[in-house]
Amino acid sequence: MTEMSMIQAIHSALDVMLERDPDVLIFGEDVGYFGGVFRATEGLQAKYGATRCFDTPLSEGGIVSTAIGMGAYGLRPVVEIQFADYILPAYDQLVSEAARLRYRSGGEFWAPITVRAPYGGGIHGGQTHSASPEALFTHVAGLKTIIPATPYDAKGLLIAAIEEDDPVIFLEPKRLYNGPFDGRHDLPARPWTGHASAEVPEGYYKVALGSAAIRRPGQAVTVLAYGTMVHVALRAVEESGIDAEVIDLRSLVPLDIDTITASVNKTGRCVIVHEATRYSGFGAELSALVQERCFYRLEAQIIRVTGWDTPYPHAFEWDYFPSPQRVAEGLRRALEG
Amino acid sequence: MRNQQPLSLHIPVPHARPGETPDFSYLTFPEAGATRRPDSLTPEAQMRDLPYSLIRVLAEDGRAVGPWDQHLSPDILHRALRAMLLTRLFDDRMFTAHHQGKTSFYMKSTGEEATAVAPSLALLPGDMCFPTYRMVGFLMARDYKLANLVNQIFANAGDPMRGRQLPLLYSAREYGFYTLAGNVGSRFGHAVGWAMASAYRHDDRIAMAFVGDGTTAEGSFHEAMVFASVYHAPAILCVTNNQWAISSYQGMAGGEETTFAARGIGYGLPGLRVDGNDVLAVYAATLWAAERARANHGATLIEFVTYRVAGHSSNDDPSRYRPSDEAGAWPLGDPIERLKAHLIAIGEWSEVLHEALATELREQVRAAAKAGEALGTHGQNPPPKHEMFDHVFKEPDWRNLEQRRESGADS
Repeated sequence: MTEMSMIQAIHSALDVMLERDPDVLIFGEDVGYFGGVFRATEGLQAKYGATRCFDTPLSEGGIVSTAIGMGAYGLRPVVEIQFADYILPAYDQLVSEAARLRYRSGGEFWAPITVRAPYGGGIHGGQTHSASPEALFTHVAGLKTIIPATPYDAKGLLIAAIEEDDPVIFLEPKRLYNGPFDGRHDLPARPWTGHASAEVPEGYYKVALGSAAIRRPGQAVTVLAYGTMVHVALRAVEESGIDAEVIDLRSLVPLDIDTITASVNKTGRCVIVHEATRYSGFGAELSALVQERCFYRLEAQIIRVTGWDTPYPHAFEWDYFPSPQRVAEGLRRALEG
Repeated sequence: MRNQQPLSLHIPVPHARPGETPDFSYLTFPEAGATRRPDSLTPEAQMRDLPYSLIRVLAEDGRAVGPWDQHLSPDILHRALRAMLLTRLFDDRMFTAHHQGKTSFYMKSTGEEATAVAPSLALLPGDMCFPTYRMVGFLMARDYKLANLVNQIFANAGDPMRGRQLPLLYSAREYGFYTLAGNVGSRFGHAVGWAMASAYRHDDRIAMAFVGDGTTAEGSFHEAMVFASVYHAPAILCVTNNQWAISSYQGMAGGEETTFAARGIGYGLPGLRVDGNDVLAVYAATLWAAERARANHGATLIEFVTYRVAGHSSNDDPSRYRPSDEAGAWPLGDPIERLKAHLIAIGEWSEVLHEALATELREQVRAAAKAGEALGTHGQNPPPKHEMFDHVFKEPDWRNLEQRRESGADS
């Protein structure tokens, strides 16, 4: 075991897979010689050669479409979209092609591709470097969507994603790259050093897609969160003293529905937290699933604590970003309801 | 400085509309045999005349002439003729089947058969074609089972696509035929990626991809061109310029400002402009580009100049936007008639043999159609409903399983 930050864990996953499988290759904007704007691929080109890890034209549509063709050939491309905000030129490829290749060809062709993209706010990125577009992908039949919240999970989930035979959107909460940010932007940033989930094996291991993790067991209310919001929720629980059960979904598709329903059936209350805009956000799906499956055990309305339904506003980042205070308020409302 | 005249907005219009005399005067081209054939490894910069010329082999008198004549064996020519004729007869039969309500939809490739058949014969096993929906001729040339096509068109229990796709959106991996979709252009980049993968693995397989003239306006066309250029992808990228994208004539995609083959120049890719109704020219151009790709010299852009004789689809009535006698005025003739004339001219064919072949193929098509009808036409005897939930993922997730039960497909 070695202590790693999330970005180091992601780097390690890529390193392990390049070493392990000659069909794995990495490409994207600035990922080759330079090593990526967040350093996820630093040194990998030098270590494995230019055909294993290389730069691309500034063309997200071209990146994903060539990845699909390589996947159909039999390779396992791992591509980086520099910011999730810039994935939209590739959206047609992901929705119309990657997601449907296996289905429409009757199983003859498929696209075992992994599309990595740093996402989410809290980095002063304004409306072009802060987006949380997960619901655009969870809505699409045929795509898997993964969001880690810890270094250990980031590595294990990324390795599992690369070995998947289905296309995987791997959204990396970039505010967590270098530390477990809990929403308290008024306090000094903390590194991953000393955090239990920063203990990461150096070699190969997988965290299965489709399994949630209970980050804090509790009896009073269930909190469903993923990415940065897992840490914000834990902070809110600590500050409010409410005995909440905090579930880190890790995998939005496939979703660990059993862990969710077991928890809500136990607590009878549910708070859903995400950074993305609320309307038609992934929380809406979670809310529907919980009421469909736990209706007779619910003792209060389901509460959503989310980003507002606006583009991400640069100067009002901390008004937009769901704070521990807002999450705590949501917990209290769920307990009162 | 102010304009002398107010600005005016240019909206391109076709040369002839319904009721007017067909006018192909915009299409100028050299005599067969007149276009030079540089060595296939020639640097692109030394071939910039080719995108503005037209590679033609078959002359008016049926002779094969000039440097692009590959002196193909009569066997290849017979196979090409058979596949083109089979395609046309099959199209006619299935189009009729649509009128009879046996299928929901159909699209004919009439007049364009050479652009699918010749590449099919010129590529090697292991290569991959990323086709358009007007390329069933590719499969015909490789003896793909007519039953699979008919069953797919009728969406019956024998449909290899399990009733998931519109008619003609085939997939035939073993035959080097990539999965189709109705959204145009978005496989162009797959072909480039597939070709890059072959190079990455140090294989010798190449990709050949097709879009129509209209689709060259899509971003995916240009993205694929950039990647093909940057990574020297061993791919042949083709524009089938059949003059019409539903009701939009080729000028609406910029075809009157330059040629589609000349789109290659901006990317540093060689551009060949080819008589698409001349099966020998299509074959020769494919071979040239394949040779270049296999020599690791990267991609070639080929424009096949042809004409969409039929409507866009069974839902389209082209007499509403173009002269109904336009096909007859098309200056590059009919690909089947031209190959037939050539074979007769070289003493390898006759009217009697041609009629006998047509009869044989018509019977083959009839038998396949009948067998398909017996298995089920549109709406009758579809594949099992529960298969609707398969192949969303490699393994179904809980939603697929729950919804399969909820839909009643399990009972």
